[in-house]
Amino acid sequence: MDMTPALQIFIAEAHELLEQMEQSLLLLEHRPGDRELLDAVFRTAHTIKGSAGMFGFNTIVAHTHQLENLLDRVRAGEVALTPALSALLLRCGDHIGTLVMPAVDNLSLEASVIAVGESLERELAQYLPAPPAADRHSMAADLATFLDGGPPSGEPPPVAHPASASMADDYAVFLDSAEPALSQPAAMVWRIALQFGPDVFRNGMDPLSILHYLATLGELVNITTLWGRLPPLAEMDPESCYLDMVVELDTMVERSVIDSVFDFIREDCQIRLTPPSSQVQAQLADLDALAAGPAKLGEILVAANALTGAALATALAKQAAESQPPVRPGGPRPLGQILVDAGAVPEPVVDAALARQQQTRQMNGQDTKLIRVDAEKLDQLITLVGELVIAGSGTFALAQQAKLGNIMESAAALLRLVEQVRDNALGLRMVPIAATFQRFQRVVRDVSLELGKDIELVIAGAETELDKSVVERIGDPLMHLVRNAMDHGIENAERRMASGKSARAKISLNAYHDSGSIVIEVSDDGGGLPLEKIRNKAIERGLLAASANPTPQEIQQLVFEAGFSTADAVSNLSGRGVGMDVVRRSIETLRGMIEIDSTEGLGTLVRIRLPLTLAIIDGFMVGLGTARYVLPLDVVVECMELSDLDRHSVSERGFINVRGAVLPVVRLRDAFALSDPDEPESSRTQGEIANGRENIVVVRFGGLKAGLVVDELFGEFQTVIKPLGKLFSYLQGISGSTILGSGEVALILDVPGLIKRVERTRPQGCVVA
Amino acid sequence: MQAAAQADGAGAEDQQYLTFRLGEETFAMPILMIKEILEYPELTSVPLMAACVRGVLNLRGRVVPVVDLAVRFGRPQSLATRRTCVVILEVLADGEQLDVGIMVDGVNQVIEIPAADIEPPPGFGAKLRTDFIRGMGKVNGGFVVILDSATVLSINEIAALGATMA
Repeated sequence: MDMTPALQIFIAEAHELLEQMEQSLLLLEHRPGDRELLDAVFRTAHTIKGSAGMFGFNTIVAHTHQLENLLDRVRAGEVALTPALSALLLRCGDHIGTLVMPAVDNLSLEASVIAVGESLERELAQYLPAPPAADRHSMAADLATFLDGGPPSGEPPPVAHPASASMADDYAVFLDSAEPALSQPAAMVWRIALQFGPDVFRNGMDPLSILHYLATLGELVNITTLWGRLPPLAEMDPESCYLDMVVELDTMVERSVIDSVFDFIREDCQIRLTPPSSQVQAQLADLDALAAGPAKLGEILVAANALTGAALATALAKQAAESQPPVRPGGPRPLGQILVDAGAVPEPVVDAALARQQQTRQMNGQDTKLIRVDAEKLDQLITLVGELVIAGSGTFALAQQAKLGNIMESAAALLRLVEQVRDNALGLRMVPIAATFQRFQRVVRDVSLELGKDIELVIAGAETELDKSVVERIGDPLMHLVRNAMDHGIENAERRMASGKSARAKISLNAYHDSGSIVIEVSDDGGGLPLEKIRNKAIERGLLAASANPTPQEIQQLVFEAGFSTADAVSNLSGRGVGMDVVRRSIETLRGMIEIDSTEGLGTLVRIRLPLTLAIIDGFMVGLGTARYVLPLDVVVECMELSDLDRHSVSERGFINVRGAVLPVVRLRDAFALSDPDEPESSRTQGEIANGRENIVVVRFGGLKAGLVVDELFGEFQTVIKPLGKLFSYLQGISGSTILGSGEVALILDVPGLIKRVERTRPQGCVVA
Repeated sequence: MQAAAQADGAGAEDQQYLTFRLGEETFAMPILMIKEILEYPELTSVPLMAACVRGVLNLRGRVVPVVDLAVRFGRPQSLATRRTCVVILEVLADGEQLDVGIMVDGVNQVIEIPAADIEPPPGFGAKLRTDFIRGMGKVNGGFVVILDSATVLSINEIAALGATMA
């Protein structure tokens, strides 16, 4: 019996719902009394309870039930949503999260988890009035016993044998313990006709748990089991369901709530909800029996036997006539109006049909909005697109070599399309950073309570999108930075007041796009980095010469040095720099860059610059002898020829004059220590002469500019990044590799790394902005 | 019975080794870790790496590093000839499986060396770092050096070699 598909939906939904609940709760802390948020929390709790009940996960149901009761009281204004209560609710949410997996795997809970649950339920009970709380509790207990006594899903229902009577007893037991509070005198009796599909058990559903759950919505007044479909015993398949039921449910809840009970079985079953009261009951019921079928009002009504085809035709003709000149004042009446005016159909039926129409439209709309796709499939697609890009570039290069004009044209057109496909495919993996940022609301809230500091988290640019693989790996470094800022950056309230700041500290997370990268900023308005202390520490640790006279900027970057993040440094240096080298390394493995900008006394800003994607980039290919290198196109500013004068300047001083500004320049050949024996100096010079001159590529990264001297420029090139692997993990100046159309491997230059190397090997005083 | 036969079968494969030449010497590696043998292709050299890393090659869309075993053993760089081959091996680095190519002067054959015919590495006197040697296999009265791929191709060690250069 395969329950997995339904269960997977349950797991994913439960986690999504819990996340939503957490977010709403956190927002509620800022906007207490926001009715909509409160309703949202209630709804999520309710939905979790519902779907857990459907699968018979009693522990979750029992716990969520308590939670729901409390939330109900909060909604009714009987209990105030204090910070303490809000904290309790958050913990309840966490607890439900821990219950999901064991429930699904059918594992027994660890004692510690049970203890947490019990203590939470005790705390919840404190907010509930004593006697009803006891009642409710006993109800939950009753519910649990009852559920335990029920057949585990998958076994044949206790139907075919004379147990019907005993089953009725079971129901009776259940009815007795049903919550009295919900059976309001004014409640109305809904009639629910359920025709279970034969496969309902095979799909992992147990009709009994539906009944259990229905009972939580109100009072089950009557249940009639119909076994008309039951075949002779010999022909009966014990794993099939042959039962139909008519349930009369006395409840105050809305139709959609009742309807949602059947979400998991809707596909297998015929469900007919008959609302209480009214003379048009039967017609309305028929309306509901319609599956998502006809989309036109008239057709809906005809299908529901509320209207004859002939009457519809008359009405339509009338409508058409009204839209002809002379136009009726106010335009033609809607079809429903015509029908009601003509007395063809009673108004409630038209309304219901219209609602049905609306619902159908909505359902269709939802279908197209979101599709869940296996991440694996997406990755396969991206890999394939990558290969396609390589093959496309190869074709184009061949056409160019062969100088076949028309083929070049068609190859270029093809390449343009491939590029679009690539962009679209990569776009599929782009997700907003919002989810990552939102997690920090909770972190900041919890840690600030723990530290006894009043800290507010401000989020900006949450809609900024970046590659899913980057999002997944940015969480930990960000966590580090945010915790650091809270723990060490932000001073305690007294010190803040003393320095004229507001007692409430602020941490901001901001994200935005900037020239082919995404920038994420973590800033605080705390004490900033103590420059003098860092300087001293750095000298002590041999990271800085005692005679050196670094700029504040340079001192600040020292916190990213590996030697800096020792426990010793924590106590001596207001703790900043804890694991900052770890943060830097994880950012660098994402081909990103991190910098820190701090003003002592005013705060610190950490800026992370990341590539948009890890898979494919627009590259710019250059040549050095026979080797090919690729630069990410978005770092290339311009290219120019290296004049004889500049050549001299490069070898003498390491910089050239570009339109009046100083540009530090490095020979790529020198940077890579390339003086390979199979290319003697003489032949190289000849090569240079043959190729004309050397060229300079001006590159830029994060405010720095530098020139790279290369032999040849080949121009733009679609680059699928292939990681070089562990063996090259220490390699600086090269970030990866790519495969050219010819099958050759070309290396991708790591411009930030190169600039850093250039700076380090350069004598002081040559930094140019 | 069947299980025993299977165990025997696996054992037989366990005892199979690929022998190859490096200069005048013959070395062996267990066949189980060998993925394929390629003719020596055009390599893309990677600057600032340890000298034993000859470069990278394109193995059906994947970029695989190639190690010059001679340099790794502290000898002069081997020159590519017509018989030069790259043997692609699977090695483990921190629990991750990686493909690495080794450049050898020629591939000989696959032979069987029963476990009983393998002597422990000599304590001293070998021209090779002793931790590179897994054992000495007796073949036709002579010895072949069975290499310990985990140390010879220790990814961490080779990567660190490159780091000291940069």
